Amino acid sequence: MAEQKVKEIKMGRGRNMGPRPKLKDPGKIFGRVMVRVLSKYPVQFIVAVSCIIITIMCSIKGTFFLQSLIDDHIEPLMKAENPDFSGLFHAILVMAGIYAIGIIAVFVQNKLMIYISQGTLRDLRIELFSKMEKLPISYFDTHSHGDIMSVYTNDIDTLRQMISQSLPQLLNSGITIVSTFISMIVLSPVLTCVSLIMVAVQIFVTGKVAGGSSRYFIEQQKQLGSLNGFIEEMMEGQKVVKVFNREKINVERFNELNDSLYESAKKANQYVNVLGPINAQLGNLSYVLCAVAGGILVFNHGTGFLALTIGDLASFLTFNKSINMPINQISQQFNAIVMGLAGAERIFRVLDEIPETDEGYVTLVNVKRNPDFKGVETNTERADENAAPLIASEGEWLETEEKTGIWAWKHFHKADGTTSYVKLTGDVVFDGVDFGYVPEKTVLHDIKLYAKPGQKIALVGTTGAGKTTITNLLNRFYDIQDGKIRYDGININKIKKDDLRHSLGIVLQDVHLFSGTIRENIRYGKLDATDAEVEAAAKLANADGFIRRLPDGYDTVIKSDGGSLSQGQRQLIAIARTAIADPPVLILDEATSSIDTRTEKLVQAGMDGLMKGRTTFVIAHRLSTVRNSDCIMVLDGGRIIERGTHDELIKEKGRYYTLYTGIKSEAAGA
Amino acid sequence: MYKKLLSHVKEYKAASIATPVWMIFEVIFEVLIPMCMASIVDQGVKENNMQHIYVMGGIMVVLAVMAWFSGFMGGIYGAKASTGFARNIRKAMFERIQTYSFSNIDKFSTAGLVTRLTTDVTNVQNAYQMLLRMCFRAPFSMLFAMIAAFIIEPKIASVYLIAVFALSIVIVSLARAAMKCFREVFKKYDDLNAAVQENVSAIRVVKAYVREEYETDRLRKAAQNIYGLFVKAEGRVVMVAPVMQFTVYTCILTISWIGAHMIVAKQLETGELMSLLTYCMYILMSLMMMSFVFVMVSMSAASVERIAEVLSEESDIKEPETPVTEVKDGRIEFCNVDFSYGKSGSGVPVLKDVNLSINSGEVIGIIGATGSAKSSLVSLISRLYDVSDGSVKVGGRDVREYSLESLRDQVAVVLQKNVIFSGTILENLRWGNPEATDEACKAACRLACADEFIENFPDKYETRIEQGGTNVSGGQKQRLCIARALLKKPKILILDDSTSAVDTATDAKIRKAFREEIPGTTKIIIAQRVSSVMDADRIIVMDEGRVSAFGTHEELLADSRIYREVYESQTGGNGDFDEQGDR
Repeated sequence: MAEQKVKEIKMGRGRNMGPRPKLKDPGKIFGRVMVRVLSKYPVQFIVAVSCIIITIMCSIKGTFFLQSLIDDHIEPLMKAENPDFSGLFHAILVMAGIYAIGIIAVFVQNKLMIYISQGTLRDLRIELFSKMEKLPISYFDTHSHGDIMSVYTNDIDTLRQMISQSLPQLLNSGITIVSTFISMIVLSPVLTCVSLIMVAVQIFVTGKVAGGSSRYFIEQQKQLGSLNGFIEEMMEGQKVVKVFNREKINVERFNELNDSLYESAKKANQYVNVLGPINAQLGNLSYVLCAVAGGILVFNHGTGFLALTIGDLASFLTFNKSINMPINQISQQFNAIVMGLAGAERIFRVLDEIPETDEGYVTLVNVKRNPDFKGVETNTERADENAAPLIASEGEWLETEEKTGIWAWKHFHKADGTTSYVKLTGDVVFDGVDFGYVPEKTVLHDIKLYAKPGQKIALVGTTGAGKTTITNLLNRFYDIQDGKIRYDGININKIKKDDLRHSLGIVLQDVHLFSGTIRENIRYGKLDATDAEVEAAAKLANADGFIRRLPDGYDTVIKSDGGSLSQGQRQLIAIARTAIADPPVLILDEATSSIDTRTEKLVQAGMDGLMKGRTTFVIAHRLSTVRNSDCIMVLDGGRIIERGTHDELIKEKGRYYTLYTGIKSEAAGA
Repeated sequence: MYKKLLSHVKEYKAASIATPVWMIFEVIFEVLIPMCMASIVDQGVKENNMQHIYVMGGIMVVLAVMAWFSGFMGGIYGAKASTGFARNIRKAMFERIQTYSFSNIDKFSTAGLVTRLTTDVTNVQNAYQMLLRMCFRAPFSMLFAMIAAFIIEPKIASVYLIAVFALSIVIVSLARAAMKCFREVFKKYDDLNAAVQENVSAIRVVKAYVREEYETDRLRKAAQNIYGLFVKAEGRVVMVAPVMQFTVYTCILTISWIGAHMIVAKQLETGELMSLLTYCMYILMSLMMMSFVFVMVSMSAASVERIAEVLSEESDIKEPETPVTEVKDGRIEFCNVDFSYGKSGSGVPVLKDVNLSINSGEVIGIIGATGSAKSSLVSLISRLYDVSDGSVKVGGRDVREYSLESLRDQVAVVLQKNVIFSGTILENLRWGNPEATDEACKAACRLACADEFIENFPDKYETRIEQGGTNVSGGQKQRLCIARALLKKPKILILDDSTSAVDTATDAKIRKAFREEIPGTTKIIIAQRVSSVMDADRIIVMDEGRVSAFGTHEELLADSRIYREVYESQTGGNGDFDEQGDR
């Protein structure tokens, strides 16, 4: 019976009914949520559930007390010549004690639920965030920021509601219903049948009404979506609206959308609103029926299961009323639970994502020169382009804890159990690299390039030619499909990702700064940097000047992704942030526009300062950058089509020549 | 604040009044039901009067049906009133925002306005519905139950009075304390989410610097902090349940004791005692409901405030009393213009003492560093902002004499931060002129060198642009924006860094087309690339809010140090290495 009821109630959804989210396996998700709660807070949870049971017992006891009050105390007292109230007084005292226990149980249960629900949420939030930080970049490519954020905001919120409110209420209601029914059957099986019939009617009607409403809820959600979309777009483009005098047309369009939202929202809300009175009055009707039927039973002085006293009837009617409440509550909470589970499903989906894998074992360590070393010193020069540079010399370096400023790759060789140290110099080789964001579609084909320490490699080409992709492979935001990338002669797949990234500095075209002071933002590159180091980095990046001119200098607080600073200034801070990390290899993505010439000069000078002595890959848009490069790679359609110095490429009169001169030559037309 | 908002109830006033009225009816019928109950027990069951039970049962059924009907009507009207109210607020806000000037828009963030129009309105709608349906229902239900209790037995009913009084004090003080905590929590909560948001959008930076652990640590601290605050806030709320139970139980026991005595003394009937106990629950439940409404309405106060802010924001650009609608020609004059973004000239001066005279049909280039106020200068021409001092004249008249609509129709601006909208290319182009023929649209695109790539789309001019223009490249978007502005057939055309993503050759082609096809239009071109302005009739060099130099390319090369520097840095191999990808 109970199971049947729950099934039926699914049809009827309580307040705030949206289109019901589709859940594949609600039971499993519910189980996962519960496992989480139980494994973290087993004692608290068990105590809380016990408290709920105690509370319900107390309130049932209270209802029975009313029965005994009339039957055992008042009726006899009325017949007595000299009424003695001490018995009643005693009963009331006992009852007061029971109630006191009930109150304490309620308090303990509520208090515990706070710790359980808030604690679970805190843990989930932290786990979710830490998981997110570990996810590969491709995850962020394939999921919109809005969707990711909504897991943190909406989904966690609905889950909070489910754990802290719906769950205890559901538990409470369930236990109440069961125990009340037992009490009712004990009092009068006949009346219980009457009551049950009415409950069935209620569930049926609720299901009908809720079914009718879902159409409008879906409609409302759709309208809300399109209105919100319109609002977002127009608020974003409000200035354009002004410039084009589109205000009137906009208002008309808005009104259309607004009106249709109103229509569906009204209908949907009306359905929800009428559900309450229907249930309440069906409850009252049930009350009347039981009263009449009960009256008849009392009146006829039935025997056996038909026996009923006035006191029994009084208690029964109270139970009858109190069974209505939990049924209503379940139907109201049901939707909240379904939504909470849908949120939990999305949360678990993130938690189940496969994190960025890292099989790297080569780590970056501080080294000092071995004074006893007599061999050939590190030489990074290559004999010719294809020869591997001599960068590993046995025994030249010793690992040390002190901050020597000299770094080396600690490479443990499984084959012979030896460990070698390779000095970090910034020698990068791409050898026949193929790559695609999705396996079916290769976007880079057979990329070969060499960068000796300190060299500047410019990547040029049209949008979508694959320039950014190449740099993303070097720091292993993505993993290559074929070929090899070597860093100081080591396959980068063997290098621990964290250490690899520590050794690479990146200045992206879209500058992202964090809320906090400028000082904190620069320090992001090296968390233990002193103030002096921060300022030195800013000077190197040419950012010191403008920062000092700000009213609060280095302590100027940047809000919401650096909104108050100009694009150029933000770029300077980003350069300083990279400078302080002092990496041997740099990846620079030059900004295409939106910086004026003078700021750009500053940025340029800052970048030049940064590039000095570092291997640099620059996605170049400026002629000066390109011309000063040691080697230029011209990319097209994911292939390197030309390579060489500026002068060589100009002579070739190929694609580079076209890009450089802006003249569309026949040769490059393809 | 509330008053301002409530003035938008308008046509839903009737429904707003009908709702509580029906709710009160519902209460009356509901309250009468327990009285019938008492009668059934006392006059029916006890007196062995089956007839009476049927009559009273019948009356109860009738009452229940009437209560249902009233509740039904209340629900219907309540939904109508609240959703209608929300509709009116949204409408009023949107219309108000349409009157905003640029500086009004600057004041609110885009995201802020969207939240106000969506979430905040929903909050108010829910609170309003709650208010209409419960605000009267709960007190009335308490009142009627109280009256009914007094009719049955004043002595016992007075126990309720004491209980209600005590309980309401406790609940209100708890609610207030909790609300204070909650406000604090939600603020912190927003900060937490902002931190997450930042991490999501800057994930590449986080990973590039290997700061995953560091960020997680920071979040862990913030989450722990939030946890503490929530525990504190909810800790206060949960006190309500035990307090409530304590009151209920105390009442039941007290009434049982007193009631028993009275029944024995033949002053009270058993049925009446039962009704009294029912009313007890009724009264205390209403009290709970009232405190709930109280909390909910208070919680929505922040939303109400934010909405009221939008509604009471006055546009600081006022239409003249008798506007001029005809812009004679494309002459532009700046006379001693000072300008700052703050209200009525407060704030940091952005433009200082600008004097300029531009002839109709001239091509003017503007060049200068970021922050040298190039955009600010041109924004005064179409009166996007008002000058702090001095005057800007267009076609020989002060811009403040024109109606905004005609001024902006004649002065077309292609904004630096431009937006195209979801819809087909043609629909977007017709922003410039809703009546433009397909031919006119195509001609404008030819001028803006946009026809080439449009023709290459499978659906050509019917190609749908996604929201935010995500399916066209930066250079394509800029050219569409130029074409859209051209369709206005303006007397003055202002391009604010509008070809930055367009390659040099196309840029030159567009300028050539302008010179040949629309010679009568005054063209003002802001650019970073010196090549974009070099061939202009005259060039303005801006420096820190002042016109540093104004003259032809040759004159400036000779006289202006700034211009010379820019020129030299960008030519002779220092120029831009263009991407031609979007061709």
